[in-house]
Parts: sequence; C-alpha cells; structure tokens
Amino acid sequence: MSAADQTTGRGLGRRRLLRSGAVALAGAGAGWAGSAAARAADGAAPPAAADDVLTISPPDGAETVPYLGPHQAGVATPPQAHLVLLGLDLVDGTDTDDLRRLLRVVGDDAARLTQGEPALSDTEPELAPRPSRLTVTIGLGPRVVDELVPGDLTLAPLPSFSTDRFEEPWGQTDLALQLCADDPTTLAHARRMLLKDTASFATVRWVQTGFRSARGSQPDGTTMRNLMGQVDGTVNPAQADGDFADLVWADGPGAFAGGTVMVVRRIRSEMDTWDKVSRQGKELAVGRRLDTGAPLTGTAEHDEPDFDAVDDNGLKVIDAASHIARARSDDPAERFLRRGYNYQVHRDDGTDDAGLVFTVFCADAERQFVPVQRRLAQQDRLNEWITTIGSAVYAVPPGVASTDDAPGLALLEES
Amino acid sequence: MRTTTLRGRAALAVTALSLTVLLGACGTDDTTAVADTSDTSEASADSAAEATADQASSLSVEDPWVKTAESGMTAAFGTLVNTGDTDVTVVSATTEASAMTELHETVDADGSMSMQQVEGGFVVPAGGELVLEPGGNHLMMMDVVEPVEAGADVAFTLTLDDGSTLDFTASGRDFSGADEEYADGSDSDMGGMDMDDDMDMGAGEDSTEAP
Repeated sequence: MSAADQTTGRGLGRRRLLRSGAVALAGAGAGWAGSAAARAADGAAPPAAADDVLTISPPDGAETVPYLGPHQAGVATPPQAHLVLLGLDLVDGTDTDDLRRLLRVVGDDAARLTQGEPALSDTEPELAPRPSRLTVTIGLGPRVVDELVPGDLTLAPLPSFSTDRFEEPWGQTDLALQLCADDPTTLAHARRMLLKDTASFATVRWVQTGFRSARGSQPDGTTMRNLMGQVDGTVNPAQADGDFADLVWADGPGAFAGGTVMVVRRIRSEMDTWDKVSRQGKELAVGRRLDTGAPLTGTAEHDEPDFDAVDDNGLKVIDAASHIARARSDDPAERFLRRGYNYQVHRDDGTDDAGLVFTVFCADAERQFVPVQRRLAQQDRLNEWITTIGSAVYAVPPGVASTDDAPGLALLEES
Repeated sequence: MRTTTLRGRAALAVTALSLTVLLGACGTDDTTAVADTSDTSEASADSAAEATADQASSLSVEDPWVKTAESGMTAAFGTLVNTGDTDVTVVSATTEASAMTELHETVDADGSMSMQQVEGGFVVPAGGELVLEPGGNHLMMMDVVEPVEAGADVAFTLTLDDGSTLDFTASGRDFSGADEEYADGSDSDMGGMDMDDDMDMGAGEDSTEAP
C-alpha cells in the first residue's frame, strides 16, 4: 500500500498495474481477517490512489455464508448471482446406510467448500479459497422420503396442473443439490467435486443452471428481473416479516423441524410470441409496469395494488385475469418464498430456450403453493407466454450444529 | 474440521500479506520473515516438562481420507500435525480394512514416479506437519480385506517410535487419481523387489495384529 501511495504522475505501465494489484491484495487480506458480517457491512470502495487509472473492485470472493445453523443455507440466504441445481437419482438397490454415507460425503464437501476450504480429495484445491457466498442445499425427493426415511415425514408429489407441459428430463428426481454462489468458477468447482463424490451413489438426471444480475451490478436487495423484462418477486416474504419463519420453516415432524420444502418448476418464457405483444399488453398481462415494477394502480414497486380501481371506461385498472390479481390470495398462509433464477440455453434446433428455474421454499407445499398454482393454472393472462416444462418437489432437512453431522442424517435415525 | 478452518484462514492471510510485500517492495528480502512463522518453537528446547508425555499426545491427523477400493491396494491420506517440542516418528500403521499397511513415499526414479516403503518411518517435525497426499507420502493399504466405501469410516492405528499409538478414522472417498503410482510401484523391477521384501515384513505384522 505504501508503494501505491507513493505513486506519482507517471504514465500507465506495467509497474503501475502491479501497484494496483498490491492495493487490491492488501484489501483482500483485511477482508479475510474480518468476519463475513463485517465484510457485508463495509462494502465501501477499497483504498486506492486517486490517480490510478486502473482500479480493481474490492474482491468479495472471500465472503462466506455460515454452513452450520438451524436451517440449511441457500434458502433464506439472499440469492447469490448463480445457480447450479443438480437432479440426481439414486442407483438401484440403495439402502438407508448407502444414503447415510452419501449424506456424510455431501455434508462434508458442503462444510468445507462453502467455507473456502478444499474438499477432502480435492484435485483442484486452488479453486476453493474464494467461496463467493457458496451454499450447498440438500433436498430429498418423495421416493427417498417414502422408502428410505423412517419416521413420520411424508412428501407428496405435486398434483398435476392443467397448464403442465412437461418435457424430459426436467421431472422429479431422488435428490436435489442446490448450489448457489456469486462466482460461476466457484460453482463449477463445487459442482464437479460433488458430482465426483456422489458418482458411486447416484446418476445425474438433469442440471439446471441459472443466473441473476451479477453481484454488485445493482444494490443488494434489488428485486430480480426475469428475461421477459419483468420485475419478478416484489411481494416475496422478507426475513424481517413476522411470519417469514412460519411460511418457510417446517415445525416437524420430529427431526424435520427447521426443514423446508423446495418446489422446482422449470418455466419456459415463450420469448418469440412475447416479442409480438405491445408494451401495454405486457403490462396488462402482469398487472405491473415494466419499468418500475409498480402495480398499474401505483407509482413505486412496493405500492400496494388496488384491485378495485377502475379507469374512465369503468374497466379494472388491474385486470382480474392479470398475473398479480390471480396470484394474490386473501389467505395469508398461501404465500411462500420464491428464490428463482433465469435460465437461457441453446437448443439443437438453433433457437434459444429461456425462462425461469422457479424455486419455491415453504413449510408445506400443499397448503401454501398448490392453491396458488391451481388458481394460476385456471386463469392467468401470462399463461399464454409461459410454459411449465418441469416440476419436482423435495424435502430439505434442517441444518446441522456440527460438521460431525450432516443434513438429513437425523431423519434416518428416527423410527 | 474446526481447527483446519482456522489454520486454512491463517495460511491464506499469510499468503496475502507476503504477496503484498512482494509486490510493494520488490527486491527486498523482507518476505522470508512473514513466510517462516512456524520456526519459533526452539525457545522451549530446554523445557523438559514434556518428557513424560508420550509422542502420541502431541500428534493428530487432520482431514484423513481413504481412496475407496473393493479389494487390492489403496491408500490413506491426511495431514500429520505435531504440536510437541520434539520430532515424532511414525513407524507403522495398521487398519483392519487391510491385511497389510505400509508407510510409503513416492520418489522420482529416472523420470517416472514410483512408490516405496519409506526408510525410518514418517518424521513429523516438532511444531510442524507432514502431508500425506496422492503422489506423495501415504499410508499404503497393500491388501484390502474389507471394502472401503465412499462416506464410510475406516479406523487406523499409527504406532510411533516411543511405542505409543494414535487412533484415527478416515472417511472413504471415490478418487480416480493416484493410480499411476500403484502401477509404477508394482510394475517396475525396483518397485517389485521392494514390495516383495515388504510383503514378508507386512505379513509378520499382520499376524500379530490379527487377535
């Protein structure tokens, strides 16, 4: 740093670049010494000489999300920029002991990788020290809950909805591993490590990758935009809400207390037909303005929509068949945490497939999610431009208090 | 795990510091002071208080794991950490999962890596550590008799040169690396010769361990 401070008005050159690097590294050292919370609080710019032409943003790759706790990370965690969702099927003949060993391996990998340490048999340990808020969340599918988990926990598959248009391979799997991080390189390493470590237990049915805006490209907490351009998730429950815990965390049965249910719906956006809709038509379909995300009866994103307001012609300003009118429930229990990611992949036919990996966390999917989805399937103007091509549900066990434990193990000890 | 976390963090911070010094003051030799923080234990050389404690009490094994195997040969890895004031030597290792277990090192013999039983055991320096890793030093399980499964614990016992022992469990992990060295060791003439000698020794050890 002292070297950088001494920099005087010389031209941009190699020496200059090196000094900028030194400043950034010194900043990184300070961050590693501090806690993740402290790091999140002092998100200010790094010390840098004012005349530096090349500046390097404060590296936030050292940020970690606690692995230990009453709940698994990656649920209430503010969404990271990138998603890798792994859908795995257990090999034939898997018994409870096999599942126990699998959970130990996954839990151990998660405990290490999320904290910036290499996994036990890591062949690329150099990719571990920048976890970038990596989280690994383990979910068990209905077949696993049914056949391998003793005790009272049950997990029903979702009912079918009239709008379902499922395509292979995006269906229900035995396990889901949700990996999220702000850095796709971190995610790639964690993905490879976990797939290597689970290869003898399970096969990969699908991998769903997704993204939000890059970390730092907009203020933390900004509601995401989906690829249809809409502000998506305005009314999501916030941790500050009094009923957040009731909505998200299950209170049982037994060792499942502190767990949650994850619903994954792969929802394609029909971008080619959406392109043909006028801006007004797009806003009418949703009931919100495209620019601010405000309801059509308001001016700011978080204004409460007025579903009774009518225009000069006596027509509802927010159409009764619009997405937000249909999604809204009078029952406050019919709410859930959305933690979705955009996806965009190229298809063999030369076109792009884009949409949402729509991920929901709730204490009880049948009570909270299904009624809303049923209403939307019956009627929602947006349905013309979205197609649900995959669906799955998982029981996400609670977190663990020690790295000697692993998420899900306690469920296997019940009788 | 917990202690590993802390050590890992400290190592990173030291790396960052030394990089900063390197970049900021190229050409000076200040970096060595930062890098060699572990060489401060000689101050306690005259303290005889530790003499009564056995060597095992100052030795631990961190992050132990075993490459999975149905049968045949495999190996265990981890980091031996010596918190004591004197060097500790591991003279042998046993596990019920293998009929014979040896302490192996990997050596570069004419450009090809081969493994052999280490002379004099594994010496873990006072206040230091010895890393057992694929392609390096390792605990060689010569004859797996209980399949090593991913995620399952395998119990090991290390015997130290003062006769004390240290038990630890290592977790099984599927691992595709570290194959070449086994092949080299058993295929090459030198490795084969060594291994035959070891067989006899190992069989003797095993028979005493069996009851």
